[in-house]
Amino acid sequence: MSLIEARSLYKTYELGAHKLNALDGVSLTIEQGEYIAIMGPSGSGKSTLMHIIGCLDTPTSGQYLFKGRDITSLSDLELARLRNAEIGFVFQSFNLLARLSTFRNVEMPMMYAGRNRSEREHKVSAALERVGLSGRRNNRPNELSGGEMQRVAIARALINEPAIILADEPTGNLDSRTGVEIMKLFDDLAQQGNTLILVTHDAGVARHARRIVHMADGRIDLTVGANPAPAESLAGPLGSAQSPSPAPRPLTPDS
Amino acid sequence: MKFLDLIRTALAGFRAHKLRAFLTVLGIVIGVMTVISILSLIQGMNASVEKQIQSLGSNTILVAKATFGMGQIDVEEISKRKDLTVEDAEAIAQLPAVKMVSPVRSRQLGSVRYRGRKATQVEVDGVNADYELVGNYLVESGRFITRDDYLRRASVCVIGSYVVDNLFPNEDPIGKQLSLGNSRFVIIGVLQQKGSFLGQSMDAVIFIPFTTFELSFPKAVGPGSWFGMQIQVMARSTEQIDKAVDQIRELLRRRRGLTFDKPDNFGMHTQEQIRDIYRNITGVAFIVMIAVAAISLLVGGIGIMNIMLVSVTERTKEIGLRKAIGASSQNILLQFLTEAVILSGIGGLIGVGLGLGIAGIVSAVTPLKAAAPIWTIFLGFGFSAVVGIFFGIYPANRAARLNPIQALRCE
Repeated sequence: MSLIEARSLYKTYELGAHKLNALDGVSLTIEQGEYIAIMGPSGSGKSTLMHIIGCLDTPTSGQYLFKGRDITSLSDLELARLRNAEIGFVFQSFNLLARLSTFRNVEMPMMYAGRNRSEREHKVSAALERVGLSGRRNNRPNELSGGEMQRVAIARALINEPAIILADEPTGNLDSRTGVEIMKLFDDLAQQGNTLILVTHDAGVARHARRIVHMADGRIDLTVGANPAPAESLAGPLGSAQSPSPAPRPLTPDS
Repeated sequence: MKFLDLIRTALAGFRAHKLRAFLTVLGIVIGVMTVISILSLIQGMNASVEKQIQSLGSNTILVAKATFGMGQIDVEEISKRKDLTVEDAEAIAQLPAVKMVSPVRSRQLGSVRYRGRKATQVEVDGVNADYELVGNYLVESGRFITRDDYLRRASVCVIGSYVVDNLFPNEDPIGKQLSLGNSRFVIIGVLQQKGSFLGQSMDAVIFIPFTTFELSFPKAVGPGSWFGMQIQVMARSTEQIDKAVDQIRELLRRRRGLTFDKPDNFGMHTQEQIRDIYRNITGVAFIVMIAVAAISLLVGGIGIMNIMLVSVTERTKEIGLRKAIGASSQNILLQFLTEAVILSGIGGLIGVGLGLGIAGIVSAVTPLKAAAPIWTIFLGFGFSAVVGIFFGIYPANRAARLNPIQALRCE
């Protein structure tokens, strides 16, 4: 079973008289442990696809299976629980809460998961160490650099050990050197077996992924890189490292 | 999300806007403060009035041509009623449930003078020897009117402390003479201070024998005389008051020749009735207070709703983020609702504190023993929390319904 299986997704917005297909029949399969980039110019539908993959939105038609579960039929509450447990978001603008400390920001998804304090203390400390911010746990976001803020956001995304990490232009608000550091962190996370989905228009960022999906006009028009065979093990995202992916295949039209 | 986390999340919400949070709850603070302080004052007044009622004399019943009260009074009918008589008083004194009786006739004097000094608004009462006990007066020096004074129609008087203070500030009044009506009276006694009843001083009095009163003030006019002669009765015990009232009513109806189909053409007051009248007055004050409190809580609640709506708008992005990382609509609803309830609850607590403070100050600087009963504290706090829920539900619901994608996009 694939981690994510999307079949002929359509997302249609009605703008007055005419309809706009933000997604125009997208099919995509993502395996456990994959490192994938979704690329495309603005308006290509990559954000819409990301929202559906992230269970923030549901398609107008088509089927979206997450771990074999059809999410199009889930209620608001079930979607919230799914996002909480299985998806870690990293945003371009970090989206940290300004009035909360680093620790509290990272802790938030665990609070919604109903975890108790000692468990939170333990895991948040570990996550902050993982992103190299142990010394900044009591600082507020306005006392952090852009790179540090994004590390906090990554720690927050990792905290509930989600099945996938969805990063939307994670380096868009960072200078190039900091961007490289953040991409290095993502590469490490992928190396450790986390499933990573980068959404970006930046080819330099996308190059870090092992597979690149190009989108235009609501369709996937090109896939670069391997689509590995379904992983045998469904080990946790922070679990055993995946074997390196096979060498990139030549450009082939997907779907 | 755990309850404590919910509270902590909500508290973090106002830490960023302390002044705004304070201003928001000001309406609630003022409302609750008003309720608590006025309740305390009423409570203090109750205690003080109760003491005053007690001081009127225990187990007393006042019989008069008419009674004052809350009902409609037909002045013309009352003015045609027959006066009570000394014989009526003597007959009442014989009743089994009655211990003693004094006839009372009163005259309000604009002023009483003594060697250039003046005491204004003094009431002269013609009473008998038993009035000392019936009226619950204590003699400070000298003596009260005796049975002998009464029978001899002696020109003697006993004066209240107000009269002493105004006419004899530096000398012993005993033995001095006062000119009252068309006679001169020798002062034989001075009364202990009694305070005031419902704002009226009970010390601006001069007692003279009832028999003498009729000579000195032959034609009684003025507000005190409108009731004609009154009879103040002391029942044998508190339990016998009702019995005494029944016996007096039966006796007077017979003496005044009333057939069974006629209503009483006289009236009676017991302390219980005076209490009832007082309770009616404070009941009105109570209702007015509740209305004031309700209005200020309403205004306070609207203030909270307003600021919560602003807060939801300001924090749209936060709501989007919280939803993205796994907050359900219910989580968001509870978060904002908790904020509203904590805001109004804190307002309620501050209000309770200030209200108690005002009560404390009043007790400290006035004789009124203002004190809030414990339940008012819970009431004040509880009501403000309910206001928080009521006015918080709409903004919280609005926050909960936000679409996470649009909310995240919001800057």
